[in-house]
Amino acid sequence: MSDIALPVTRPRNRSILRAAVTLIAVALLYEALARSGWFAAALLPTLPRIWSALIGSLADGSMIRHALYTMYRVMLGFGLAIAVGLPLGILMARFRPVENFFLPLVSALMPIPSFALVPLFMLWFGIGNLTTILIVFYAATFPMVFNTWSGVRAVNPLWLRAASAMGANERRLFWKVIIPGALPFVITGMRQAFLRAWIAVVGAEMIAASDWGLGWVIFDAKEFLNADLMLASLIVIGAIGFLTERLVFGSLERATVLRWGMMRATKG
Amino acid sequence: MTNEAATALVHVPALPQRLRAIWRTLFPFLVVALLWEAVAWAGVFPRKLFPPLEEIFAGFYRLTVSGILPMHAAQTVLRLLTGFALAAVAGIVIGIAMGRSRRAEDVFLPLVAIGAPIPGLAYAPLFLLWFGLGNLSSVLLVGFVAAFPVILNTWTGVKAVKEIWLRSAQAMGADDRRIFRHVILPGALPYILTGLRLGLAQAWRILVAVEMLAAVPWGLGWMIFGAREILNTDVMMSGIIVIGLIGLALEKLVFQKLEDYTVVRWGMVTA
Repeated sequence: MSDIALPVTRPRNRSILRAAVTLIAVALLYEALARSGWFAAALLPTLPRIWSALIGSLADGSMIRHALYTMYRVMLGFGLAIAVGLPLGILMARFRPVENFFLPLVSALMPIPSFALVPLFMLWFGIGNLTTILIVFYAATFPMVFNTWSGVRAVNPLWLRAASAMGANERRLFWKVIIPGALPFVITGMRQAFLRAWIAVVGAEMIAASDWGLGWVIFDAKEFLNADLMLASLIVIGAIGFLTERLVFGSLERATVLRWGMMRATKG
Repeated sequence: MTNEAATALVHVPALPQRLRAIWRTLFPFLVVALLWEAVAWAGVFPRKLFPPLEEIFAGFYRLTVSGILPMHAAQTVLRLLTGFALAAVAGIVIGIAMGRSRRAEDVFLPLVAIGAPIPGLAYAPLFLLWFGLGNLSSVLLVGFVAAFPVILNTWTGVKAVKEIWLRSAQAMGADDRRIFRHVILPGALPYILTGLRLGLAQAWRILVAVEMLAAVPWGLGWMIFGAREILNTDVMMSGIIVIGLIGLALEKLVFQKLEDYTVVRWGMVTA
């Protein structure tokens, strides 16, 4: 369930030019609004101020440290989610009793947003890393389980029969047919899981405030009316999310399912 | 005759079979409930933090009868619907404009592409700063966040309308308005519905968190967050249950029905 498929059949140059014009126009409009004095300067900082806040916090290392804390939490929670979700999804798809047992539970827990659990987890596990990691884990597990489950179920039965007719045993069947066959779904699952994890970590850091983390910076900056720092960390959050999505999952896809010709590249 | 009976049997599962299906669905919950109960009574955690199920249900009942829980839920749903309505209107209009006009596409696409990957909640403090604590911020933020999937999917949907449908409608003498109403809109509808569904799910996830941050007077998120301060775990659990139920209802009742009545009935998507 990828949200979008970008149609890329259009004259690129002119579009890039127009996109640049749009962005510059919006930036100028923003700058004019910020300088007009209609709004308090603390609430609507000018672009140079946002830029210097970004550079300043990067230079003194504080932004990098915040980002590292956030990445650490995301990666741990996301890793746990894969470690649990992937085997669970495979087991659910391969064994009927496992599916019968876990599917109702998964369907019941899935509609509960992870943020709703933040206060409860704070009560149980205190404020800080553990709560945040568990929230990320909770948010990321369900897309992982669900996509793996549907991926393994969607493996073409013809392939399975062909492989067993050619004398593949259970183990070979699993590693050579089922896993590669389910991989496009699994990667989609990882993508979605990471997106959820990324949203969850920012929220969890805001609510279960610790003292490091990008979500916490934004929330803390609000208290001191540091809109420039807020916007700067917003940029960092967006950039990390975007880059991870494009670089990590994009290259993962290119190295596996695209190379094997199981999926056509749709994104430009 | 026997054939008919056989098909009837296939379509309406016999009673024992149905009971077995219900039992199969209930069984895992029963196991989890027993586990919960065992942990609660074993005293691994303080009782205040990990109450047994009967206390949670008693709390749930108490809150429902006194009208507090329905009030919180109603306020949350109202906020969700207002924000979502904003997102749906703005998203569909912008999406269609982007799909139909190259100029609109070039203007909006870079903005959407930059705004969409930032987690919605990251905007929350900014909105709070600009629009103050309370309803306005939360509704606007929910609308803002939910608009992205609606825009992207509507845009894709309008672009995915088959060229040949447009040309045949044109050849049959349909004017622009008719083409829009009778070809483009129905053609893009499956995508638009997907966008609305994703948007609503996103809105729902964000809203709960926003209510915690924005200090709104009523709302499920606020209720859960407030209950933490006084260690009312049963109130928190009740809130979480209601949040889950509303989420489930939104998905199953609203959108599945909407899809059944439109795109599935027209044979554009298989149910």
